[in-house]
Amino acid sequence: METETVNWTRKHLIGLEDLSRQEIELILSMARSFKSTIDRSRKKLPALRGKTIVNLFLEPSTRTRVAFEVSAKRLSADVITILGATSSQVKGETLKDTALNIEALSADMIIMRHSAAGAPLYLSRMVDIPIINAGDGAHEHPTQGLLDAFTLMEHLGSLQGKRITILGDILFSRVARSNIWALTKLGASVCLAGPTTLVPDAFREMGVDVCHNLREAVTDADAVMLLRIQMERQSAGHFPSLGEYTSMYGLNKGRSDWLKPGAIIMHPGPINRGVEIDSDLADSDRSVILNQVTNGIAVRMAVLYLCMAASEPVAGALPL
Amino acid sequence: MTESANKAKLWVKGCRIIDPVNRVDEIRDVYVEEGVYVDDPGTAFRESARCIDATGLCLAPSLTDLQVHLREPGDTHKETIRTGTQAAAKGGFTRVVCMPNTRPPCDNPGNLRLIHDIIERDACIEVYPTGCITVGSAGEQLAPIGSLKNAGAIALSDGGHCIQNSELMRRALEYARMLDMVVLDHCQDTSLTQKAVMHEGVWSLKLGLRGWPAEAEDLMVSRDVILSEKTGARVHLQNITSGSAVDIIQRAKNRGVKVTAEVTPHHLSLTDACVAGYESRFKMNPPLRTEEDRRRLIEGLCSGVIDCIACDHAPHNEDDKDMEFDYAPFGVIGLETAFGVVLTHLHHEEGISLIQILEWMSSAPDRILGLAPKSITEGVPADFILFDPAEDWEVKKDGFLSISRNSPWIGRSLKGRVRATYLKGREVYGG
Repeated sequence: METETVNWTRKHLIGLEDLSRQEIELILSMARSFKSTIDRSRKKLPALRGKTIVNLFLEPSTRTRVAFEVSAKRLSADVITILGATSSQVKGETLKDTALNIEALSADMIIMRHSAAGAPLYLSRMVDIPIINAGDGAHEHPTQGLLDAFTLMEHLGSLQGKRITILGDILFSRVARSNIWALTKLGASVCLAGPTTLVPDAFREMGVDVCHNLREAVTDADAVMLLRIQMERQSAGHFPSLGEYTSMYGLNKGRSDWLKPGAIIMHPGPINRGVEIDSDLADSDRSVILNQVTNGIAVRMAVLYLCMAASEPVAGALPL
Repeated sequence: MTESANKAKLWVKGCRIIDPVNRVDEIRDVYVEEGVYVDDPGTAFRESARCIDATGLCLAPSLTDLQVHLREPGDTHKETIRTGTQAAAKGGFTRVVCMPNTRPPCDNPGNLRLIHDIIERDACIEVYPTGCITVGSAGEQLAPIGSLKNAGAIALSDGGHCIQNSELMRRALEYARMLDMVVLDHCQDTSLTQKAVMHEGVWSLKLGLRGWPAEAEDLMVSRDVILSEKTGARVHLQNITSGSAVDIIQRAKNRGVKVTAEVTPHHLSLTDACVAGYESRFKMNPPLRTEEDRRRLIEGLCSGVIDCIACDHAPHNEDDKDMEFDYAPFGVIGLETAFGVVLTHLHHEEGISLIQILEWMSSAPDRILGLAPKSITEGVPADFILFDPAEDWEVKKDGFLSISRNSPWIGRSLKGRVRATYLKGREVYGG
């Protein structure tokens, strides 16, 4: 096992917008090393032994919360999970006070999911311990963006010049935003697709293409990343009905002929089977949806390790 | 005001007088006796007068603000009439119009009299209260507008609650015209701003914050213009932020519609890019717009489409404001920084003359209220400021007289500061 010198100075991971290509590549490369340990029969590494990590999930989540918990435990950290419904926030405690209390209980890191965009950045100004953003409103979901980039590179190699189409509810999607930053920094060309009401043209100013025709959007794609269509968007008038959405933008077996051979299909979950994607396609060979989930462990191990190391006076070599 | 102060003789020596009403920009001495300006009263006067050496300073009519929230009664942890007027005096204002969105709202003559009593007791400058257009500013039923006028309301406003029902707005304007009252409207179509917290544009997309499109303002500005034209009522459009709204107002004014408009110092100087750090001190209603909007607002002022500058001084204490951006209340304070901000960004940066700026911050708002514009003229009340247009100063968090600290300017340097404010010849701020 090779060891790498940690050249990472960020204590917090708030978003991918601020990260350089080198920083993203460093995380992904470390994640590759961690992934090779996942199949071991004894999975734990001692890297974060004695560290207490608080999983502060103030908005519902299963996949991300469990993935962070598993990742932290693989690194031998003690993990405490606080959910919105059981936190003092229901008694009216402010986020600031909740976080200061967690810090005073000598936690070493907070992983936070919050429905308000910017909440992790706000929190990082309040406390001294690292804050890892596990999704903030419609802003960013950096570890999802990283694990998607990781999965894409596993299947496509370098992303330089590759065409990635992100399809669906872009307007309200933190996953889309983190992917836009990660993929464009890694050299990919990104196309956002979906109805005008969910994919406003102003996204072009973030260095991506915008397309409202499904066929055009997927024909030259090396990968199509689907996003979940949320039911409440319909009532808010972003599209007339789920049926109409599916008829215009749903991906099914027949339309998979529009894709290049070898193009892969991704989805951050949870999937609405039969809405944005049909089951036979979601479970087909093109689909790498479950690889994404597995890779989420390795990527998050890398993030936790790097940020924890950066918060300490002396950063050491990676103990694999 | 005490008798002796009223009778005090004042000799302001060596100042540069900037008077937009008399179109004067010259260096000469100013004399005040019994609270009013007097022309050169002779040697005897000079010997007995209190002499202020104002060499190097400018003397101008004091400022008027058409939109402040003094929060009393109801939210005196955020601001009071005492602290709010002290802050105003420090900023160079001697006339402020306070919004009726207090708790309870000022929608009946009893509340108005209570506010008048507090003003009488606590205010160090002139405060002109407004009355609600609708009961509780709920936009459902007309408030007793005639009784509010009789009780002393200078104008009508529903504060930040723009009347959505256009039928009701039309009735309100017809009624206001009968009473010759100006209606101050905060133009916002709320169906376009549900859960919105910042300008809808590239920054809101990047930050993942719910966008507040400029159309929300444009639509209501258009409605108000149309209703003002039909009813003949005077409508004053508060805190205009959208470049396209400036065009709508321009077309209306060209047709002779009786609308006036204001813009805030923050919309003249800051843009939606300021929200990048999710700091709630950049969260206000209406939101900061784009650089292009900012340019068009400045052009609108210069071309006369926008008549004046008003602060929309909206105090919130730190416990309320120190929140996740989505949850923090809208509003920033502005009275103590307004003049410095405008001098920094419009005079020093854009080269706009001091006399023009004083027109926007003193004479124009006076005229909109139907008051005689303040000027340095023999026999009129000596309401004036002394200021140094070139003084550099830093806005400090602990430097405010306002109870609240929710200022977007904290930590920034401004150029130009009020040194003293006089109301009827009496110093209400000096420092």
